[in-house]
Amino acid sequence: MTVDILMPALSPTMEEGTLAKWLVKEGDSVSSGDVIAEIETDKANMEVEAVDEGVIAQLLVAEGTEGVAVNAVIAVLAEEGEDPAAASSAASAPATAPAPTAEAAPETAPQTAAETTPAVALAPIEVAQPEPEWDGAMVETTVREALRDAMAEEMRADDRVFLMGEEVAEYQGAYKVSQGLLDEFGARRVIDTPITEYGFAGVGTGAAMAGLRPIVEFMTFNFAMQAIDHIINSAAKTLYMSGGMISSPIVFRGPNGAAARVAAQHSQCYAAWYAHVPGLTVVSPYSAADAKGLLKSVIRSPNPVVFLENELLYGQKFEVPDSDDWTVPIGKARVVREGTDVTITAFSIMVGKALEAAKMLEEQGISAEVIDLRTIRPLDTETILASVRKTNRLVTAEEGWGQHGIGGEIAARVMEHAFDHLDAPVGRVFAKDVPLPYAANLEKLALPGPADIVAAVRAATYQEA
Amino acid sequence: MATTARKTSKRASNKQFDNDQLTTFYKDMLLIRRFEEKAGQLYGMGLIGGFCHLYIGQEAVVVGIQHELETGKDSVITGYRDHGHMLATGMDPDGVMAELTGREGGYSKGKGGSMHMFSTETRFFGGHGIVAAQVALGAGLAFAHKYNDDGGIAVAYYGDGAANQGQVAETMNMASLWQLPILFVCENNRYAMGTSTERAAAVTDYAARGKPYGIPGARVDGMDVEAMATEVGKAIKHVRSGKGPFVLEAMTYRYRGHSMSDPAKYRTKEEVQKYRTEQDPIERLREKLLGDGIADEAALKAIDKDVKAVVAKSADFAQSSPEPSPDELYTDVTIAAA
Repeated sequence: MTVDILMPALSPTMEEGTLAKWLVKEGDSVSSGDVIAEIETDKANMEVEAVDEGVIAQLLVAEGTEGVAVNAVIAVLAEEGEDPAAASSAASAPATAPAPTAEAAPETAPQTAAETTPAVALAPIEVAQPEPEWDGAMVETTVREALRDAMAEEMRADDRVFLMGEEVAEYQGAYKVSQGLLDEFGARRVIDTPITEYGFAGVGTGAAMAGLRPIVEFMTFNFAMQAIDHIINSAAKTLYMSGGMISSPIVFRGPNGAAARVAAQHSQCYAAWYAHVPGLTVVSPYSAADAKGLLKSVIRSPNPVVFLENELLYGQKFEVPDSDDWTVPIGKARVVREGTDVTITAFSIMVGKALEAAKMLEEQGISAEVIDLRTIRPLDTETILASVRKTNRLVTAEEGWGQHGIGGEIAARVMEHAFDHLDAPVGRVFAKDVPLPYAANLEKLALPGPADIVAAVRAATYQEA
Repeated sequence: MATTARKTSKRASNKQFDNDQLTTFYKDMLLIRRFEEKAGQLYGMGLIGGFCHLYIGQEAVVVGIQHELETGKDSVITGYRDHGHMLATGMDPDGVMAELTGREGGYSKGKGGSMHMFSTETRFFGGHGIVAAQVALGAGLAFAHKYNDDGGIAVAYYGDGAANQGQVAETMNMASLWQLPILFVCENNRYAMGTSTERAAAVTDYAARGKPYGIPGARVDGMDVEAMATEVGKAIKHVRSGKGPFVLEAMTYRYRGHSMSDPAKYRTKEEVQKYRTEQDPIERLREKLLGDGIADEAALKAIDKDVKAVVAKSADFAQSSPEPSPDELYTDVTIAAA
């Protein structure tokens, strides 16, 4: 039996090459690993090694031949003891059997309730569970306490849940979010890390792959840029790359967006960055109830989650259900104010500004409906579409920059699914296209506020500015 | 330098391995060698695409280490030159080869490729394509062993190139601070892609990289499977006893290029040939097996035949397994809520 030696592909782009030199001649014995030829590819000169052992029966391509196609038979190898001369010289068909081909991939993903054919294939829209109604007692709670309560309750319920980050334990949290947790759960489960974001994001992700449920706190998400490789390459992609075998149930949380007078490096909204990535869940609540209910949900989630908080909201008080088992579903927006003339979408701190704007608009005779997105990915497109079909106008509000932002994505989805319902172009409110300045007056100018939302709504309703 | 590697190889101090163990070393190394040669061949035929980093030459490192681990209890993680590690932990060659060809029968259903395969069964956690990411992730695996107090340890393999990444230093600091049960294994094959260790590191003593963090280390001849198993045995004893991490630097050499399209202009043919003829881990053990009368030519030929059959079967499977169904495009992105 003979073995055909084929012209190898030596780079992903190589289609043909020059057989520069034979290092063996007919009749030579070779064993696997022996260099038999030199080949010039589109990139470099490469050596070809024998894979099988035997005797070179025939060299079919002469030295110096250019344009030898990949997979062409260049030599014939006979087994030891076989008469090389008798070995067939027939350049048999390439040994490569074509891969059993699968059907072409579908051009678009399954859609739910699309009114028009979307121009862009969206991932399937996850249908969230309806929010459980709560008619029990409420407790006035700050966002800070709500986040702490959520972590404490989930840590009591599940030993796999632990918290790690800078100053989370003995210092009681840089922003006091983890106050009291070290006392209750001890140093095994509330772990101070060195200032080493890339490292501990990786440690957390590895622990999640091994079956634990880490909560990794970033002092602020600005510092998570050092760790974004693990958040995206290690946490978000591993389930897919492992064909579903390895999951990364981890929560990365901490304050996001502008605080007050801390300048450009400490004042950035990362919602659009993370929302871009398949595999991640991105949540950014406004109220204390949503902060608590959603943090509990994401800690229980089997998926990697980016949970974007806001420092300026930590001290704000809201009514929160008095329960240690009440949760808010991931992927469900909430209409926080009903209206008929225009829809305003917002998340995190911008929800408060949108509600303020709605109040101002009411005085001007415009009825605004305000939607708190709460989850950025998966985005609750259905709730936005239902509102736009009613109001026929849309203004999006976010604290981050506009280019490739959340508002741009929402505008595109509404255009794709509810184009005929729009009576005006979608308005977008976002930060000025500059790094955030330090000076008080400039900072105020750069960040979007209620007046910007009012102006955008007036434009969308064709009112004078 | 290779010369320093030699100094660390004191055959006299090697642990005594029984005949069965030595034969198993031989068979395990040969399986990796033949598997990788076949992978190279399938790449040449266009059946494997993209990046493909072969482990040929380094077999003794992973075989020696895995011999001292408790497969299924201890966790293993590595970078992108990972086929040898998968086979050593006991992963099925069929599934590995089929992943290389991007087929349904691959470990990741064809969605990961050469650099991304995993096995919960053997606790092999990949297969990572970002240089040194596996070191921090490996400390996370060790963190989980300690957190669960399950007696397991983690082994994080990385190369001489990865050793210069900042997160390796970050991880060593935390691993020592928290006394994590982790064995850091630096596979020093002398070249980070095309850059030699001398051109990339101010100090090339990678075994000492844990020193600033209080982590002991040792350098071992990674071309000698017995020396590997002996040294790793000691290192693992240290790690498993709760004394914290250990750094093992295995002096090794890859015969093939960094990846398939590497023209290898950064080293001489003579250098490669010298390693192949004088230090090949499989040849060295083969000589010992024959010289000490542990096995005869016929017995080794039989092993060779068995290994070839396993590899041939994996190559057949990797070509006959169908491409993944188009439906797989949208699966495994996230897990649906329970």
